[in-house]
Amino acid sequence: MSTEPVRRSLTSGLAGPGTLIRVRGRKVVGGVTEGAALVTRDTISGWGGVNPMNGTIIETRHELRGISFKDKVLVCPGAKGSSGWSAMFHTCRLAGTAPKAVLFNEMTTKIALGCVVMRVPSMTDFDRNPLELIETGDWVKVDADNGVVEIRKAAVAASSAS
Amino acid sequence: MKLTDEEKAMLDGHRGKAHQKAMELLVRYGEALGCERFVDTDNVAGVPGTSNVFLENHYKQPGDRYDVIYSLFDLDSDEVIEVPRISVNSCHLQGGVDPENWQTLGMRPEQLRISQAGEASAQSLGIKILKTCTPYLAGNVPKKGDHCAWMESSAVVYCNSVLGARTNTEGRESTSAAMITGKIPDWGFHRDDYRFATHRIDVQVPLESLMDWGMLGYFVGEVMGERIPVITGRHSQPDLIRHKHFGAAAASSGGVEMYHILGVTPEAPSLEAALGPNRKPQLIPYGKAEQRRTYETLNARGKDPNVDYVMLGCPHAALEQIAEICRLLEGKKIHSSVRLWVFTSRAVRAVSDQLGYSKVIREAGGVVITDTCSAIGQALPPNTKVAALDSAKQTHYLPAIMGIQAWFGSTADCINAALTGKWNGVAP
Repeated sequence: MSTEPVRRSLTSGLAGPGTLIRVRGRKVVGGVTEGAALVTRDTISGWGGVNPMNGTIIETRHELRGISFKDKVLVCPGAKGSSGWSAMFHTCRLAGTAPKAVLFNEMTTKIALGCVVMRVPSMTDFDRNPLELIETGDWVKVDADNGVVEIRKAAVAASSAS
Repeated sequence: MKLTDEEKAMLDGHRGKAHQKAMELLVRYGEALGCERFVDTDNVAGVPGTSNVFLENHYKQPGDRYDVIYSLFDLDSDEVIEVPRISVNSCHLQGGVDPENWQTLGMRPEQLRISQAGEASAQSLGIKILKTCTPYLAGNVPKKGDHCAWMESSAVVYCNSVLGARTNTEGRESTSAAMITGKIPDWGFHRDDYRFATHRIDVQVPLESLMDWGMLGYFVGEVMGERIPVITGRHSQPDLIRHKHFGAAAASSGGVEMYHILGVTPEAPSLEAALGPNRKPQLIPYGKAEQRRTYETLNARGKDPNVDYVMLGCPHAALEQIAEICRLLEGKKIHSSVRLWVFTSRAVRAVSDQLGYSKVIREAGGVVITDTCSAIGQALPPNTKVAALDSAKQTHYLPAIMGIQAWFGSTADCINAALTGKWNGVAP
């Protein structure tokens, strides 16, 4: 929830550089991809919360304000706000600014439809909380078809807002 | 998903390409949700086939422009299909351009042309052009228990909470597919067990004004996220407008799609009825400190007391609100450095015109505008730096989208700013 204090380096020290972590979850949208993680503990608004022309978060008090999710593996609690969520992320796909994959905890119609029309591998219902295992900068392989996420911890833990 | 014979026939193409492509999208969506079946709907509210300059430039495929946009964007199809006549009861929500005031809004002729072409196509297919975020104030009022497929978070929360009808927050693609098929995933708010409250918000301050209810809504959205609250305590009986502002705010700061108010909303005749199996709800107090903090949060983007823009009508103003604005403005002139725009539906403006309300606002120097708002239309008066707003929802969105300062207060605070050019809002 958005009022929760931001804990940027929750997992620092728990898993050292290069450690490989494997998490299982449920396919939302199929496909296989890999990329650098962008992690946020704030839910994301679509319409009025992102600029689809460059893929940046614009919501006033969002911890990722000004940061782009383009080509990242986006890890977040879920979606909130306007029903324009799917159309906004759909537009991101058309503009070439969509994330490479989406991993989230809370299922809503907004994020389900948004992931469908972004056509990127997407997963939820994990056996362990990805927000507590993945930090911004970690290298993440998403195999949504088989319900597996592999996390390679980054050499130097990065702040989630850097 | 488990499909009925009728749904299988659509998916297999026996009802034609449009039904097939719409069904394919709905099945992808249903599977993403982890949902097993569809429910029939005969009340769909969306923005079917709405185009804009970006989409016009993006989709170069040949064919009827409405079919191209509806197929490739709305149905996320890779081929262009001919959109059939829409037999499901369907309406078009807000759009970007008021055809009467597009120049005031600073829109370009191309934007008007795209909007009007889409509107003509949708209307010819049988879609009711309401052009408002408040369909429930403009002729679309579902009854308790009706399964709907609505977009517009403020209308969704009103539909579930105040009317007792059933809808998730649908998106553009799912509503456009539902308009063709009459089907929507039977998930979430369509199901009894999803509609119970999990948290109790205990109101410990007197709650009277529209501003009071807007602030409570903003607080509730922040603390609840996606969850369902039941409101108890020291509040007055909210009228339609207070419900509208409360729900819109809760759906902006959070993702609230349904709320109960004990003894007020249709599924909360008792605390037990609202909570269902949730016997021990978390209790969250809303007292003076929470109210004060919410007011400060909403006014965090206000610094300069010199207001140059007053925007009212988010969600679109009800007739009673236009009457209230007239009462505050009657016989006065707004300050020369301020613009006053009041947004509403075409239906409410038509009545406002007949009743002389629009004239009162016009003679004071304001404009009554339909179809859109400053956030949806991304339209501000030239050189706007500081806005005054009576909507917590608009205060949440407008500064982020348009990069301006904003003050939040009562309708009277906003009209006062329009008359003086100064913000003198008073904290509760």
